[in-house]
Amino acid sequence: MAFDLKKPTRRQMLVGGGLAGGALLVGVSMSGPSRRERENAIAAEGGEKFVTTWLKISPDNVTTVYVPHSDMGQGPITALAMMAADEMDADWNLVRAEQAPAEPEFANESLGLFITKGQTAPDMLAGAAETLWYNVAKFMSMQITGGSMAVRYTGQHGMRIAGAAAKEMLVKAAAARWNCAASDCEVRDSVVYLKGKNRSATFGELAVEAAEYSPSATPTFKTPDQYRIVGRPTKRFDVPGKVDGSGTYGIDARPEGMLYAALRQSPVFGGKLKRYDASEILKRRGVKKVVELPVGVAVIADNFWRAKQAAAALDIEFDTGGNDAISSASIFEGHEKALQGDSTEDVEKGDAEGALKNAAKVVEAAYRVPYLAHATMEPMNCTVWVHDGKAEVWVGTQDPLGTRARVADMTGVDYDNVKVHPLLLGGGFGRRIPYRSGFSEFPSEIDYASLIAKEVDAPVKLVYTREDDMQHDAYRIAVANTMKAGLDEDGNPVAWLNRYVYKDEPAEAPHIPYAVENQSIRYVDNPTPVPRGPWRSVAHTQHTFFNESFMDELAHEAGKDPYEFRMALLKDKPRHRAVLQLAAEKAGLGKPLPEGRVHGIAVQQSFSTIVAEVLEVSLDEDNRPRVHKVTCAVDCGRVINPDTAEAQVQSAVIYGLTAALYGQITIEGGAVTQGNFPDYRMVTLAETPVIETHFIDSGEALGGLGEPGTPPVAPALANAVFKLTGKRIRELPMSIHDLSPASGKFAQAAD
Amino acid sequence: MPISFKVNGKEHTLDVEEDMPLLWALRDELGLTGTKFGCGIAACGACTVQVDGTAMRSCSVPVSYADGSEITTIEGLADPDADTGGLSPLQQAWIERQVPQCGYCQSGMLMAVDALLKENPQPTDEEVGAAITNICRCGSYPRVLAAIRDVTRA
Ligand code: FES
Ligand code: FES
Repeated sequence: MAFDLKKPTRRQMLVGGGLAGGALLVGVSMSGPSRRERENAIAAEGGEKFVTTWLKISPDNVTTVYVPHSDMGQGPITALAMMAADEMDADWNLVRAEQAPAEPEFANESLGLFITKGQTAPDMLAGAAETLWYNVAKFMSMQITGGSMAVRYTGQHGMRIAGAAAKEMLVKAAAARWNCAASDCEVRDSVVYLKGKNRSATFGELAVEAAEYSPSATPTFKTPDQYRIVGRPTKRFDVPGKVDGSGTYGIDARPEGMLYAALRQSPVFGGKLKRYDASEILKRRGVKKVVELPVGVAVIADNFWRAKQAAAALDIEFDTGGNDAISSASIFEGHEKALQGDSTEDVEKGDAEGALKNAAKVVEAAYRVPYLAHATMEPMNCTVWVHDGKAEVWVGTQDPLGTRARVADMTGVDYDNVKVHPLLLGGGFGRRIPYRSGFSEFPSEIDYASLIAKEVDAPVKLVYTREDDMQHDAYRIAVANTMKAGLDEDGNPVAWLNRYVYKDEPAEAPHIPYAVENQSIRYVDNPTPVPRGPWRSVAHTQHTFFNESFMDELAHEAGKDPYEFRMALLKDKPRHRAVLQLAAEKAGLGKPLPEGRVHGIAVQQSFSTIVAEVLEVSLDEDNRPRVHKVTCAVDCGRVINPDTAEAQVQSAVIYGLTAALYGQITIEGGAVTQGNFPDYRMVTLAETPVIETHFIDSGEALGGLGEPGTPPVAPALANAVFKLTGKRIRELPMSIHDLSPASGKFAQAAD
Repeated sequence: MPISFKVNGKEHTLDVEEDMPLLWALRDELGLTGTKFGCGIAACGACTVQVDGTAMRSCSVPVSYADGSEITTIEGLADPDADTGGLSPLQQAWIERQVPQCGYCQSGMLMAVDALLKENPQPTDEEVGAAITNICRCGSYPRVLAAIRDVTRA
């Protein structure tokens, strides 16, 4: 079963208190000295002072913004620094940004406030809170990057306040210096001026005096028309180090005296080590020792290749614990059975069963999606050194503080004595969170690295081979559903019934924006030993495929155009209508296309951002779908950095396209069949469509951007394929389907 | 048997197994970690370096093959004489276009593109697509293409 903590730790008791009292301020309760003093001790060096939580102003007038999020390439470090710097009217050329150290004082307090104010936590954190450990992480380790929340939560509730409060403190300091009112001062480009007089002082000159004032919790914000940094295409801080090889990723850690570890673990989920004989491999050059783990054996050597070769050659046997009977087929069989049984309410509106009975036409369909691996380009790795009652960790993680807590639990080293060195992440997509769900007892690479480090007298870097990475992921879950809808005489949907497997996060992912009066959306569960975890856009990946494909089916059954059909049902959703309309216009929906090409559409709101996509698709000579162009319309409230915003949407589309076309992890004999990229194919440059992105500046609450581009891709593609072939794709990926004309009805069904 | 080669102009002699892949000799023996490990079977391109000017996937090149050759890695791609702060025009274009996201694939991507452009200074988009089969999980492809167009059609 899931992971148990051995003994109550200080953290847990704090969390318990926080939960009971409902008023725990994250990270603050732990420290004796005030939050600000602790920060000063951690990050400030001679002459530097923190003036608010996340900002540091040095005497040379450089403002450093500490961002409590990992940058996986989606640009939050730059975007959040832009938000803070704009509010404080800093000179962008004098702004630097860094990932915050893995100390609770830098935890994401704006997220914490969400919890302490009795509001619900952001989607990603609210999810899967089924282990005590995760609850600890949830309340104490607020550095998680996921749920597209960096800009929405930290930026909006943290950075802007920090920037605006800092500016007020600097102005107060200047006013005191010049013995004038704060209103006599104005701020431009990191300098405070005395209006109408020839007096000025830089932020750097004022920093020490400004630190004497308490930051206001309710500073005055700029209005959007006053923004000078936000909304401009801005180059990211992390890019130069990524073109000259100097950027250091987790896998590049090289602490002095480091050794390397390669694993040989039970391929079957939940399997255990039965026996092994290391005598032969211990004779190999460079092999230092082997470390027994519950799931297998780690081979320690002075070079990763030597460790990996020896691990592969190790004489070893595993006990599968009976899990070798599990396969994708048996899992889907279980899903089908569960879908027939009792279900739990998600949405009940009106009388769906009754309306279905009286409907002029009933439409039914069943959908499925397979497991998906994240396949980040950088395979999982983690370097840990346990020495002198301390533990040091070098890793690229979406959750530095959660990692710290996890390493403390695994090594038995006191939390305060664990130091995390956060390094660059070679991709995250939900994978680099030190949390797994499933039946495996020691489920993550962070755990293994910690256990290994306890047995070795040197820093040890555990590296997963691509095969380890693909076969021991925390997968996007394989799920299924059954759908029914009733249409009235005019083809309007009057009933929508959806039974699906597994209530995942975010909770609203299975819901529809369409005005259907009677809805019954219910779920069942069918637990499996396959570890699961968040995968770019989480439950939206499966539910958008289900719902937006089924909407297309209904439009077809109603004899209506899929675009008009949706627009009519979105009459109360102006933002949805606007993105759909913009995408349609820009794509030229309804206008003639080159011979053999069709359009497919889909729309979805996720992480507070609404995205509509129009895919232009044809079949190639081998009857494989070829996507020529993707036109995206995006309403994320407001765009902070247009340059990274566009890149994020492109990235999310390509990630979704790879999954829709090829993505499939299958289980046979309790283990994953795919091992490396040739079995788990990726879209490459040659297959990349033209991707056009259009933003709507609605001024609404900020939405995320790292994920919302992914969900609409699969249904829009499937809807286009239906138009091309008359074949309704109800199971992904596309590559498992024969789309040749000979395979069944062709074309005419689509008109 | 000791194996000698030049990496980014510097002479190295290694006493390692002949079949150790060049990737691990560079990363673990020489500490040149700019070259990345992605798949180990020549399927992703993350480990691309240039051996005597030719792009090769170093995870699948035995170190003995490189004996006596000149190797260029991402750390050696910069051109100190360039008026772009030491970066090569290609690297500069990568920054201008903000190509990298997580960046992990980009060392291999740049080494592969650099080799392609030496051979074919003005490739068509189709030629780029055929030659650059490196995987980028972040989907930086549209910007890779844009940056290549910038340097080849300037
Ligand atoms: S690591 Fe060499 S091609 Fe993937
Ligand atoms: S930039 Fe992340 S894999 Fe290419």
